[in-house]
Amino acid sequence: MTSRLDPQPLEWLDRSETRSFEFEGQHYIGFAGDSISSALLASGQTLLGRSFKYHRPRGAVTLANHDVNALFQSSEEPNIRGDVTPLAAGMQLTACNVNGSLAKDRDQIIGKLSRFLPVGFYYKTFHKPKKFFPLWERLIREKAGLGRIDTGWSVRRKAKTYGFCDLLVIGAGASGMQAALSAAEQGLDVVLVDENPQIGGSLDYQLVNEASAAVVRARLKHDVQNHTNIRVLPGHLACGWYTDHYVPLLGPDGIIKMRARAVISATGVMEQPAVFRNNDLPGVMMASGAQRLVARYAVKPGQRAVVLTANSEGYRAALDMVKAGVDVSAVIDMGSLAERGVWADELNALKIPVLERHTVYEAQGKEQLKRVVVAPFDGDKCDSRDAREFDADLLLMSVGWAPAAQLLYQAGGRLAYDSTLEQLLPQELPNGIFACGRLNGAFTLEQRLADGERAGAEAAAFLKGEPLIPALAACRDTQAHSHPWPIVDHPKGKNFVDFDEDLQLKDLVNAAKEGFDNIELMKRFSTVGMGPSQGKHANMNGIRVLAAVTGRSIDQTGSTTARPMFHPVPVQALAGRRFRPERLTALHPWHLDNGAQMMEAGVWMRPEFYGRPEERAQAILREVQAVRTGLGLIDVSTLGKIEVMGPDAGKLLDGTYTMRMSNIKLGMTRYALMVDDSGVIVDDGIVGRIAEDRFYVTATTSHADATFRTLSRHIVEWGLDVRLVNRTGTLAAMNLAGPHARKLLKPLTDIDLSEDNFPYLGLQEGTLCGVPVRLIRVGFVGELGYEIHLPVDAALQVWNTLMEQGAEYGIRPFGVEAQRVLRLEKGHIIVGQDTDGLTNPFEANMPWAVPLKTKPWFTGKPSLALLKERCQRSLRGFMLPQGYSGELPKECHLLIDNGDIAGRITSIAYSPSLGRYIGLAMVDQPLASSERMFQVRVDSGALVPLEPCSTPFYDAEGVRQTVDLTEVA
Amino acid sequence: MPWRLLKYGLKSSHDEPRFFPESRPLKSHYDVVIIGGGGHGMACAYYLAKEHGITNVAVLEQGYIGGGNTGRNTTIVRSNYLTPEGVKFYDTSLKLFEDLSDDFDLNIFYSTRGHFTLAHTDSALRTMRWRAEVNKHHGIDSEVVDRDFIAKEVPYMDLDCAGHSPVMGALYHAPGAVARHDAVAWGYARGAYNRGVEIHQRTRVTGIRTQGDKVTGVETDRGFVSCNKVVSMVAGSTPRITSMLGLDTPIEIFPLQACVSEPVKPFMDTIVVSGSLHVYVSQSSRGEMVMGASVDPSVLHSTRSSFDFVEGLTDKMIDLFPFMSRMKVMRQWAGMSDITPDFAPIMGKTPIEGFYLDAGWGTWGFKATPVSGKTMAWTLANDRNHELIEPFRLSRFTDFDLVGEKGAASVGH
Repeated sequence: MTSRLDPQPLEWLDRSETRSFEFEGQHYIGFAGDSISSALLASGQTLLGRSFKYHRPRGAVTLANHDVNALFQSSEEPNIRGDVTPLAAGMQLTACNVNGSLAKDRDQIIGKLSRFLPVGFYYKTFHKPKKFFPLWERLIREKAGLGRIDTGWSVRRKAKTYGFCDLLVIGAGASGMQAALSAAEQGLDVVLVDENPQIGGSLDYQLVNEASAAVVRARLKHDVQNHTNIRVLPGHLACGWYTDHYVPLLGPDGIIKMRARAVISATGVMEQPAVFRNNDLPGVMMASGAQRLVARYAVKPGQRAVVLTANSEGYRAALDMVKAGVDVSAVIDMGSLAERGVWADELNALKIPVLERHTVYEAQGKEQLKRVVVAPFDGDKCDSRDAREFDADLLLMSVGWAPAAQLLYQAGGRLAYDSTLEQLLPQELPNGIFACGRLNGAFTLEQRLADGERAGAEAAAFLKGEPLIPALAACRDTQAHSHPWPIVDHPKGKNFVDFDEDLQLKDLVNAAKEGFDNIELMKRFSTVGMGPSQGKHANMNGIRVLAAVTGRSIDQTGSTTARPMFHPVPVQALAGRRFRPERLTALHPWHLDNGAQMMEAGVWMRPEFYGRPEERAQAILREVQAVRTGLGLIDVSTLGKIEVMGPDAGKLLDGTYTMRMSNIKLGMTRYALMVDDSGVIVDDGIVGRIAEDRFYVTATTSHADATFRTLSRHIVEWGLDVRLVNRTGTLAAMNLAGPHARKLLKPLTDIDLSEDNFPYLGLQEGTLCGVPVRLIRVGFVGELGYEIHLPVDAALQVWNTLMEQGAEYGIRPFGVEAQRVLRLEKGHIIVGQDTDGLTNPFEANMPWAVPLKTKPWFTGKPSLALLKERCQRSLRGFMLPQGYSGELPKECHLLIDNGDIAGRITSIAYSPSLGRYIGLAMVDQPLASSERMFQVRVDSGALVPLEPCSTPFYDAEGVRQTVDLTEVA
Repeated sequence: MPWRLLKYGLKSSHDEPRFFPESRPLKSHYDVVIIGGGGHGMACAYYLAKEHGITNVAVLEQGYIGGGNTGRNTTIVRSNYLTPEGVKFYDTSLKLFEDLSDDFDLNIFYSTRGHFTLAHTDSALRTMRWRAEVNKHHGIDSEVVDRDFIAKEVPYMDLDCAGHSPVMGALYHAPGAVARHDAVAWGYARGAYNRGVEIHQRTRVTGIRTQGDKVTGVETDRGFVSCNKVVSMVAGSTPRITSMLGLDTPIEIFPLQACVSEPVKPFMDTIVVSGSLHVYVSQSSRGEMVMGASVDPSVLHSTRSSFDFVEGLTDKMIDLFPFMSRMKVMRQWAGMSDITPDFAPIMGKTPIEGFYLDAGWGTWGFKATPVSGKTMAWTLANDRNHELIEPFRLSRFTDFDLVGEKGAASVGH
């Protein structure tokens, strides 16, 4: 029976604040500072959970997040780790992964069937006959998993912050604190973190009754907390080590993304279980777990205890238990008393019997430990014929340690097995990574302090660039604190190596015998170490078992890869605040005020059309007609806009685009097509010449940033004297298009708009409505048109003036959809829609844009020279037959020719100007070159005929965009 | 209770046969040496022995069986590719997968789940339709579905994506499946071993000997073995092997990362992929959410993990699945993807006689395990490229006859 003790000297509890909560429908009360587990244990509730596979009863084991026996569910969260989750008032908890209730878990039956479920059983069955597997699978999936998700849970996000320091010391126990002090004294900016809510480490639970430790504790805690060079962060978990000493720290308020210049791991050791039958019964604990329970939470772990030990720590734990009022029946020492020195005398003084060269053969009890069966042990095997029994409700295991070396492994450190300490120890550490304390084999308090001092000094020397002779092994202990084989076989099994996964000794032995005798294969076949505690209490024994089965050494056996996270990290903390940049043009408010339906275009928002959603088609039609017969105005501010300046500007553009740009006349523009090295079209736009050494480049909305990057890269790669200015965000742009465009602009600008001075494709600078602008004669939509580029802050004024003054010509704003129709009528492609990841300019019917003969070199030319001869498909125009009224083809429906795929539609739309459906299709040869009808397969599977035709569909001679028809008339 | 388990449980001793051989010396000569003991290598060995009677074969693996990308991928199997070449190839693979458990007498947990590739833009939706049409033409169950369909099948997904880039539709591929990746390698390995193939783990190839333009053997850290034919099936280590022969390939290595959550009770039966958000997720039979993203942005020959990856992934993931913000990420890892310019593999013969290549598997190698093993075995046995892999020949890069799977491969694992 567990119960609350009187106040302990270093307890974490705030007894002035009680907290009531519910567990499995029962009411409990704990204190502020309790963990969920400690509060339950203080109230006598020792059954805390059920195991993953067999639903065995489980209690507290480590109290340190090295196991997940005590896993809880709330209405807010799954998989709550009771041992380390602070108790909050009003919590309503249930056990995790039970069928029914914790006390009456119907799935306990699975444990009874365990003999039929050998290691890897699911690989060997359920697959015959094949049709039954889905049924089995459903059954397995019902039993799988731990906590339950409520898919209605709302999103949670925690903000992240950034941190920087010279030295990050992880673990604020004796050696970590000393290391921090040693480095801080050298002037380093030190951050000291510990995952526990209070610093002190094992000083505060394992050495709590040690007089000598009291002085050290007081000094270290005082000094680290008062040193100006040290920031102490208790309650922060080092999630993992990432390249360049980047260690995210998970704290109660979210993650601090800590960038250190060097790291000391003082992460200590994790106590390992002994493997014997029923070693998972509630009441069987790590000795250190019981010590944590007493010292931190003032909980008496049991009434009557047996201590199984292979080191002096077990003796100390026995004494601690006595002090806490536990009746210690016996200490079972796997080794000999002679190794224990003074400890043996202290126990003797208390008349606690010690059985040397014995071990625990079996624990007994149903849902709680009742009896411990011990037997002689020769270091390898146990002689069960000489078994003796002890009544006990508490069995402490103190048989060995595994280093918490995950961060060292992640950093690329190497550990080797030390046969003196019977423990893995750091052997070789990368630059800037240091280790100290028990992790490094320093076990006595003196050794730990000296080792911390050493590591701190070494880190300081490293960071100052001073000569450094690492002395990693200088302060290590000379006697073992771990037993090399704390494992006992039992004919009835249930001797668990991995509590998370319910893996028994025979499971691992059998896995190895079946050929999974590589540590990684054993893990993957048996699942040892794959559970939520990621092998913290299981891997060391797993390695020992495999080494024994294969006759290899521990080092030859190796270990599995330690990957982040150290403990699982909440998604809400990793995700951080939501940041979705969205770019709005200067005219965005106007669009909204005027009924625009907005759409996403890359990171930008653009008007799709103006009008109510239900009259989409009519709205687009209206806009198209306005452009064709009167005037239209579209916001094209999202275009990439780049100034290219310098003596080599022409050279840069010549190399980047297919056509020659260096010979563009002043005040003129040219279509600019960009292909990649393999000749694939990636972007298009225009290049205009502003001055001898100055060009203005536009790029498509979605490719604008990539084009800027490409130009920047070329400048560096080709060693050119060019400066780029990305003006995409600082300049707005609008396209005024329609027969009356010139008439509208004329009175508003000082630029001479006459055909002679400002022909099609011309570029002029001047003012419009008093605002400095750059005007470009464009023809994308196929009408007389001016692209107006101007500072963003003047965009609204100019736009408004144009809309007001244009009223007499029937001006309308138009959106992306109308523009798509307009350009399609002109047969202009949209890169990325009419082209795909392999389309070259020949396929896109733009051989005129590839001057293979006249231009010596440009990006992609070598590829295009090859591709020219073997153009396997071609972009063709088509129309639906006059009067067609059947199912409409969609973009990306396939052309079918003789039953084979012969291409696809890339664009299709109703053309108000032609009164027919028109489109573009990428058509395979030989169909593309033939005059045959195309056939497209629509959703229903029917084949719809398409009439191939040449493009442009509308104004094939391009009269409308080059001539002011209103003047001609 | 299945009969096999009952029989096992009532026996007192564990006398299950070994899956793989114990370590033993290398022979001096093999007909075929397969470099790489992952899924592809083991499958090739298996089909060489089973279908071509070639058993004097050694599989040389520098680490352990399936320890490379076979054990690091997110186990998705699908055939809804974009090009006819890709569709035919991966469909053959999928059909082989469906029968593997039977073939091996080993349950690889092949589980048909249905695979959604979400479209958040109209251009993505267009590509989906293209894929669906090509798929359907080749008899693949694949269709573009609307929001209502998705909402019915994945009711817990926020189709509005928290208000940014809402889901507009999806490509739905009903046969999309997951399988236990390790078991696939083990099944092939056991089948090959039982037919006489030698499997040597912890055996690193250090060089390839040639005479003229012909392979004569391989150097290993355990000595030289002569052989007539060598096939390299080493994914991210491909450049190391091809450089031994001075053979140029356009392969570049990018890390591909993944992570799993703590296990929770299975609630998600489908596989969900979002190319726009660069995330994908399925739930394993252990209850873990298996999550991945696109390859890292720059070339790197390393399996290190990065924090940016989990940050970016989780940020996007909870736009689709807000409740997952209450879960925890348990473990992350990485593999090395060998990526080609056209996102299709490189398979078959090379200019060096007796040297065969199976590489360029990028982010889509697992799903091709059976078909690549089978076609490569055929190619080795007949010394000419199997018709299914002809489009994937190495010479296509100099001939400019690329495959163009880019649209279907990015984050489509």
